[in-house]
Amino acid sequence: MLSYTGTIVKILSASMAVPLVVGLIYGEDALAFAVSMTIAVALGAGMERLHDDPDLGPRDALAVVSLAWFAAAVVGAIPYVIAGHGTASALGHPVNALFESMSGFTTTGATATAEISFERHSHAVLMWRQLTQWLGGMGIIVLMVAILPQLAVNGAELMKSEAPGPGLQKLTPRIAETARALWLIYMGFTAALVAILFLLGLTGLAPEMDLYNAIAHGFSTLPTGGFSPQAESIAAFSPIAQWVFVPFMVIAGVNFALFWFLLRDEPRRMFDNTEFRVYLGLVTGFAAVLAIGLFYGGAPATEIGGITQGITENALRQGIFQVASLMNSTGFATADFAQWDTQTRFFLLFVMFVGGSAGSTGGGIKVIRWLIVAKALYRELYTTANPEVVRPVRLGGEVVDEDVIRGIMAFTLLYFLLFALAAVFIEIDTSRAAGVTLSGTEAFAASLATIGNIGPGLGPLGPFGSYELLPDTSKILMIGLMWIGRLEIVPVLALFVAGFDDR
Amino acid sequence: MHVVVIGAGEVGTSIAASLASDHEVVVVDVDPDRAEQLKYELDVLTIGGDGTTSEIQTAADVGRADMVIACTDDDQTNLVACGTAKTLGDGFTIARVKSTDFLRTWEGNEGAFGVDFMVCTDLLTAENIVRVIGLPAAVDVDPFAGGLVQMAEFEIAADSPVAGQTVSEADRFESLTFVGLFRDGEMIIPRGDTDIGVGDRAVVIGSPESVQSFATDVAPETTPDRADEIVVVGGSEIGYQTARLLEERDFKPRLIEQDPDRARWLAENLPNTVVMEHDATDTEFLTREHVDEADIVVTALRSDEKNLLISVLAKRLGVDRVIAVVDSPDYVTVFEEIGIDIAINPRTVTAEEITRFTYESVAENIAVLENDQAEVLELELTEGCGLVGRPISEIVAESDVRFVIGAITRNHELVTPRGDTVLQAGDHVILLVESDSVNDIASMA
Repeated sequence: MLSYTGTIVKILSASMAVPLVVGLIYGEDALAFAVSMTIAVALGAGMERLHDDPDLGPRDALAVVSLAWFAAAVVGAIPYVIAGHGTASALGHPVNALFESMSGFTTTGATATAEISFERHSHAVLMWRQLTQWLGGMGIIVLMVAILPQLAVNGAELMKSEAPGPGLQKLTPRIAETARALWLIYMGFTAALVAILFLLGLTGLAPEMDLYNAIAHGFSTLPTGGFSPQAESIAAFSPIAQWVFVPFMVIAGVNFALFWFLLRDEPRRMFDNTEFRVYLGLVTGFAAVLAIGLFYGGAPATEIGGITQGITENALRQGIFQVASLMNSTGFATADFAQWDTQTRFFLLFVMFVGGSAGSTGGGIKVIRWLIVAKALYRELYTTANPEVVRPVRLGGEVVDEDVIRGIMAFTLLYFLLFALAAVFIEIDTSRAAGVTLSGTEAFAASLATIGNIGPGLGPLGPFGSYELLPDTSKILMIGLMWIGRLEIVPVLALFVAGFDDR
Repeated sequence: MHVVVIGAGEVGTSIAASLASDHEVVVVDVDPDRAEQLKYELDVLTIGGDGTTSEIQTAADVGRADMVIACTDDDQTNLVACGTAKTLGDGFTIARVKSTDFLRTWEGNEGAFGVDFMVCTDLLTAENIVRVIGLPAAVDVDPFAGGLVQMAEFEIAADSPVAGQTVSEADRFESLTFVGLFRDGEMIIPRGDTDIGVGDRAVVIGSPESVQSFATDVAPETTPDRADEIVVVGGSEIGYQTARLLEERDFKPRLIEQDPDRARWLAENLPNTVVMEHDATDTEFLTREHVDEADIVVTALRSDEKNLLISVLAKRLGVDRVIAVVDSPDYVTVFEEIGIDIAINPRTVTAEEITRFTYESVAENIAVLENDQAEVLELELTEGCGLVGRPISEIVAESDVRFVIGAITRNHELVTPRGDTVLQAGDHVILLVESDSVNDIASMA
C-alpha cells in the first residue's frame, strides 16, 4: 500500500515543476518550489521502496486511495509552508497550509488565507493552488491509472473508490484507456476555456484576463474547484467573461463519460441519460428561481455584485452564475451572496445540497443519488400500502440493483449524519475560541461547504471571506471533512472499520 | 410427402394423426413401448429409439424425408434432432421449443440449429391468450410473419362508431392497412372514399398493436381498453409472455406470482405490469386486491389443479371472463363444462400450428375468408421473382389480378406498404387476394 502511495506522491511532486517555472518567470519563490519538489520526490521515492504485496484486494484499494489523497495533501502543503515561512502569509502555518492543500486537491476551494493578493503571495504559490485543484478534479488516481502501467491491473478497483457517484463506468475494455479518455476530455475542455478567456483578454472584452489569469481560472473551473488568484474571484472580470464561465461550470457537473459517448457519435446515450436531463433541468430551474428572486429584491446592493433589483442582466447573471457555481460545488462567486437576504441565502444553501452528476468532478450528494433516494422512498411508501406488490426501482428504464440502493441510502444517511455532527462541533468550537463567531446557520453552511467540497460558506466564511480565523481544531476537522467528502465518505470510513476488525 | 415425427407425446401423436391420412408418416419415440402402442393406434410406421442419433434417423429414412418434425418435450433434444436430420438430407425441419431465447436466436439467423421453422410453445400460447383477450369482437384473427403481423376481420355493428365513415376516416393508424370489405357476400377492394356500412365485414392487416387499436374503434363496448382490469395468475413462461404481450398492446395487467425470486425477475422485466408476490389460492388476498372486480383473469400456474381452483374461484367471485391454461388436453372440456370461458392447451396449440404449417406449400401461411371468396397469403419473395425491385403502385397498375398488400416484414421488422414502397428479395408480403387468383399471385413470388 505504502509503495503505491509513494509512487503516486513522487509523480504528483513532479507537477511542482509548473509553479517552479512560474516562479522563475516572475522571479519569486522559485527556490521554495525547488526545495519542496526535492523533499517531496525524496519522500515519495523513499515510500516506494517499502515492500508491498503487488496484488491489491478491495480493502487495500480503499487504503491506497485514501492514503494517496491524504499524502497528496501533505506533500502539496510543503511549498506553502516553505514559501510562507517568515512572511506575513497565513499559509506559513502548517495547519493553514494543509487546509489550503486539502481544499485544493479535493476541489473544495475554501481558503485559509484572508488576503489573496500578489503582494502577500507569489505568482508561483497562487498558481500552485490552482494546479492542485486541476490535478484533484478528474482524480489523482484516475491520472495515475492513466499513466502508470503498474496500476492498470488494479485500476478499476482503485478508480471505483475515487469515482464520484455510485459505481464506475468503464468506457473501454482496458481501464487505463478509460482513464486516459476521461483525462483527455477534461484537458480538452480546460484548454478550450483557457483559449476563450485569453482571447477575451486580448480583444479587450475582459481587460483583466491576462495569460496568467486565463490559465489559473482554466485550472479551477473544470474541476469544480473555485480557487482564484483574484481576491474578488470572478467578480474581478467583466460581465462577458463571467458569462463565459457559466457553460464550463455546468459542463464540469456533467458525467464526463457522457462526453465520451458524444465523441463516439452516440449522442442519444448522452441526451437520453436521465441524470443528465435532471441535472440540466435543476440548474435551469434553480437559476430561474434565483434570478427572479434577485430581480424582485432578494438581495441588497452589495459592494461586489452590485444592484440586482430591477436590473434584468445583472439579476440573470448573478442568479445563473451562483447556481451554476454552487450546485455542483465549484464555489466561484460574482456577488457577495453572504450578504444577501435570508431567503436567497437559504435557497443557495438548499442548492448546495444537490451536487453534480456521478462521474463529474463535482462534489455533494449528486443528482443520481437524489433520484434513486426519492424513488426508493416512494417505493417504500407504495409497498407499505400494497405489501404484495414487487416493485423494482427503475432509472431511465433500467432496474437499479437493490445493493446499489442500499449503498446509496447508507451514503446519504452518513453524509447527513457527518454534516450535522460536524456542524455542531464547529459551532461549539468557534464559540469557545477567540477569532470568529458563527451563527448556527453559518456553522451548518461551513460544515456543508467542506464536506460537499463547495468552498464558500456564509457569514465570515462567505465567498470573499476566509477560514483563516477559525480555531485550528475546526480547521483540522474540516481537513478531514474535505478528505472524506471528496472520496465520498465510504472508502475512508470503511478503512477505519476494516482496521478495527483486524484487532 | 415422407414425414418423420420425432417424439410421440401429445403433440407428436396429434400431428401424426392429422397427417397420417394423406402422407407417409414415421414416428420415432425414445420409449419403445410407446412406439409399439402407437403402431396400433395410427396408420403410421413407428420406431423406438433415440431420435437424435443418425442411426435411428437413418432407420426412419430421414435422408429421403420431405419434412422432419421434432416435437419432444425437451428443447435441446428437438434442436439436436433437427441438426442431425440436416446432416442426412435436406428435408424441411420443424422444431418445437419452450424457450423464447432459442426462438430469438433462430429469428436472428433462420437456419440456426439446422431448424427451418421453429414453434415456440409458450409464446404461441401467450399469443393465443392475448388474441382471445384483446379481440373478442373479431370474426376471425390470424397471425402472420411469426406474430409480427395480424390479420383481423370485423363485422360492423349498427352501434359501431366506424359505421358510416369512409375507409380513410376509419384507417387512422400508421401501421394498419384496410385490405378488404365484404358487403352482402361481395368483396370490395376498398379505396379511401369507400363508405363503411352497417353489416359490412372489414378485413385489416397490420401490427398487432394497431389491430388492437382499430378493434377499440370498431367495437368500443366489447373490446377491452386500458382501463380494464386484467389479472394474470402465475408467472410461468406463459404468464410472463402473456403479460409482456399485453403490455405491448398498452394494457396494464396485474400478475400474481408466489415465488419471491421469480416475482422479482418478472417485476424487473415487466415495467408496466404490477407484479404481486402472494399465493394466488388465498381467497382473502384475492378479495382484498379486488380480483373479483377484474374484467379478465388468466390462470397460468404450473399445475392444472391450481388453475382449476383459481378459475372456479374467480368465476364465483364474479369475474367477467376467465381464461385458463390447461396442461393436460383431457381437462380442456372439463374446464369449459364447469363454466370457464376459454381453456387453452399449449400442446394442442402447438400441434395445430405445426399441422397448419405442413399443409401450406408455396405460401408460408394462409387464411381463408368468407366462404373462400378471398385468401390472405404470406409470401416470401425470392430473388428474381416478378414482384422484386418494383414499387407497389407499378405492380398493382400492371396486374389484372385483384389484390391488396397489407403488410411487409423485412428482417423481422414491419414495413407499412405505400405506393412507392419497393419490394426486395427476402421480404415477407402479407396480401389479400381473390381466391380465384391465388395461383396467379403465388406464381409471381
